[in-house]
Amino acid sequence: MPTATEELNFTGKNLIRMADLTADEIRGLINTGLRFKEVSEREIKKVPALRGKTIVNLFFEPSTRTRTSFEIAGKRLSADVINISASASSISKGETFKDTILNISAMKPNAIVIRHSSPGAALIASQITDCSIINGGDGAHAHPTQALLDLMTIAEKKKNFENLNVTIVGDILHSRVARSNINALRSLNANITLCAPPTLMPPRSDVFGAKITTDIKKAVKGADVVMMLRIQQERMGQGLFPSLREYARYFCLTPEVMKETKDDVIIMHPGPINRGVEISSEVADGNKAVILYQVTHGVAMRMAVLYLICGGTKDE
Amino acid sequence: MSSSILIKNGHVIDPASGLDEKTDLLITNGKVASIGDNQEGNGAKVIDASGLIVSPGFVDLHVHFREPGYEYKETIKSGAMSAVAGGFSSVCCMANTSPVNDNGTVTSEIVKKGLEAKAARVYPIGAVSKNLDGKELAEIGEMKEAGAVAISDDGKCVLNPKMIRSAMEYASMFGLTVIEHCEDESAKDGVINEGEVSARFGIKGIPPTAEDSIASRNIVISAYTGLPTHLAHISTKGTVDAVRLAKAKGLKVTCEVTPHHFTITEDELESFDTNFKMNPPLRTKEDLKAIKEGLKDGTIDCIATDHAPHASWEKEVELDKAPFGIVGLETALPLSLKLVEEGVISLTQMIALLTCRPSAIFNLPGGSLKKGSPADICIFDSQKKWIVEPEKFLSKGRNSPFNGKTLKGKNIVTIVDGNIVYNPANL
Repeated sequence: MPTATEELNFTGKNLIRMADLTADEIRGLINTGLRFKEVSEREIKKVPALRGKTIVNLFFEPSTRTRTSFEIAGKRLSADVINISASASSISKGETFKDTILNISAMKPNAIVIRHSSPGAALIASQITDCSIINGGDGAHAHPTQALLDLMTIAEKKKNFENLNVTIVGDILHSRVARSNINALRSLNANITLCAPPTLMPPRSDVFGAKITTDIKKAVKGADVVMMLRIQQERMGQGLFPSLREYARYFCLTPEVMKETKDDVIIMHPGPINRGVEISSEVADGNKAVILYQVTHGVAMRMAVLYLICGGTKDE
Repeated sequence: MSSSILIKNGHVIDPASGLDEKTDLLITNGKVASIGDNQEGNGAKVIDASGLIVSPGFVDLHVHFREPGYEYKETIKSGAMSAVAGGFSSVCCMANTSPVNDNGTVTSEIVKKGLEAKAARVYPIGAVSKNLDGKELAEIGEMKEAGAVAISDDGKCVLNPKMIRSAMEYASMFGLTVIEHCEDESAKDGVINEGEVSARFGIKGIPPTAEDSIASRNIVISAYTGLPTHLAHISTKGTVDAVRLAKAKGLKVTCEVTPHHFTITEDELESFDTNFKMNPPLRTKEDLKAIKEGLKDGTIDCIATDHAPHASWEKEVELDKAPFGIVGLETALPLSLKLVEEGVISLTQMIALLTCRPSAIFNLPGGSLKKGSPADICIFDSQKKWIVEPEKFLSKGRNSPFNGKTLKGKNIVTIVDGNIVYNPANL
């Protein structure tokens, strides 16, 4: 695993997508995340690193998990964190995206975390304002902090990313989590296998540089890491698969499927999980699942991102 | 009535009459009076066109002038001025205004505003169906009498095959061609081409098959009925191939392509810049190559801009929320000249694609410099380099994907009906 001296390699102003980061920057972020993990274990879970800094969580689509994770991360760094959701702001009154960004920027926050249903929204925001922009998930495009917390989880459990076999199963077509992880894992030279019904895989899946299969048993064979993606019920209405029942028949991670993996495999899921659909309860609650570690690491990684972007001083 | 104009020493190219030489051209009474060396103007205004190309004014079968209803995007006046700035003397404007141009009253109003603009000739295209709903035929006869030159629900596809056939049959009684915007329901909610960029960035795709399926359907109906079909803004290799096959069978199938579809590809969308968002979307390098082949071998009949202005604030939004469309009238000439420079087509072919070939499809006047033709002329400099600055467009639209690019070739003078309507250099 990388050394501590590499941790400050990430000096970017914004965090938009994993494809923008070098392998060293990714390693630096992972290490900073691992070091921040300890803060959350303390009785007094607060360091003064970002005292006097303001972070706005600007959420154009509903999210409990990511918003809460960013909020806790900011507060543990002593930043002032303000949450704005689309339903509670002028967005619903017809204000354009550009005007919303300009107005919030005019209040001079140090960083804006943006969650949006439109791919590219965070990138566009970063072109509108001088304020730091952190992408909290934009449509099916990117979710860099999720990928970073996933990598941090892998880094803690596995020795090396080089030639690590990582399998991602589920709705690749609509998944920002998959795209961000694929980009990051490629930078770190992991071997990637993607598994989905053809209707949930983009036609040009060759761009991912991954092995592609529709057979979950083949997909997880020899895997060191298996990432399951959440399947959304609304995709049935779009004619992409017939029923949750049939989806589960071919793509659910069950103890039977698990027989194909390596013994020390870790099972990941960005949450929230659909028990019995993409993952069986036995697997989700089993000793190979690291799903709740991911949630814990989410706070640490977002502390690392906010800390490096907002230029705090870690004077504990 | 306009006075006489003598255009001296220009390189006159008229594909319709096979003319291609350095000579003089005299205009009197709004008509091309004579072409030949060393003419005396007898008091005519003299334009020295040395080093410039004298061409029939360009004819654009596909523009959106937004009036009535969306005058903040473009008026007929601003659109017609933008046209003549780009060298176009005739433009055909699509029916997706508000109200829709689906009756003679709206058609008449567009004709009237077009005449008042005193710039390019503005020809209305009537709707196929009332309110572009695809359910009931619009009053095509009344629109024809008011001045409509073709019919189309452009912006929307006529999805019902029975409806499109009825439209073709009914319109044939008035000698009108139906233009199809080829896009089936698989394009629904799509934002950019379904391909490499949509896969990488998680942007909803518009598959090429959405265009190919409707283009093929219309060709089949055309073959069955013997009636013409014109396919708007084709963008895919599949459609180029289908049209080539149809033409080989002698079917009455024509099509147009936009300058952006033969110049740039989906790769531009990596920027998420909404000025690269239009419908049909920018496609792949393979499609672009097929389009160039189609222009070269005559499969593609003409170049049309699909000029689609929008207000800046409408485009300064998220990519998937931005309206489709870009302005094109003032950049079409240099982009077309690039094909000549690349050796894809000759200069004469290029001029034909912008003049006599489009005008023939809808039987429009103009498109030729034959003696007695309407004096619709543009004089352009094929070598002049300039930087695209959308704020200087005569169009109200600023939504150009070529913003900041250096292009080669610029229109200098436009004459419509014997009147000089564009001449900023005061030649």
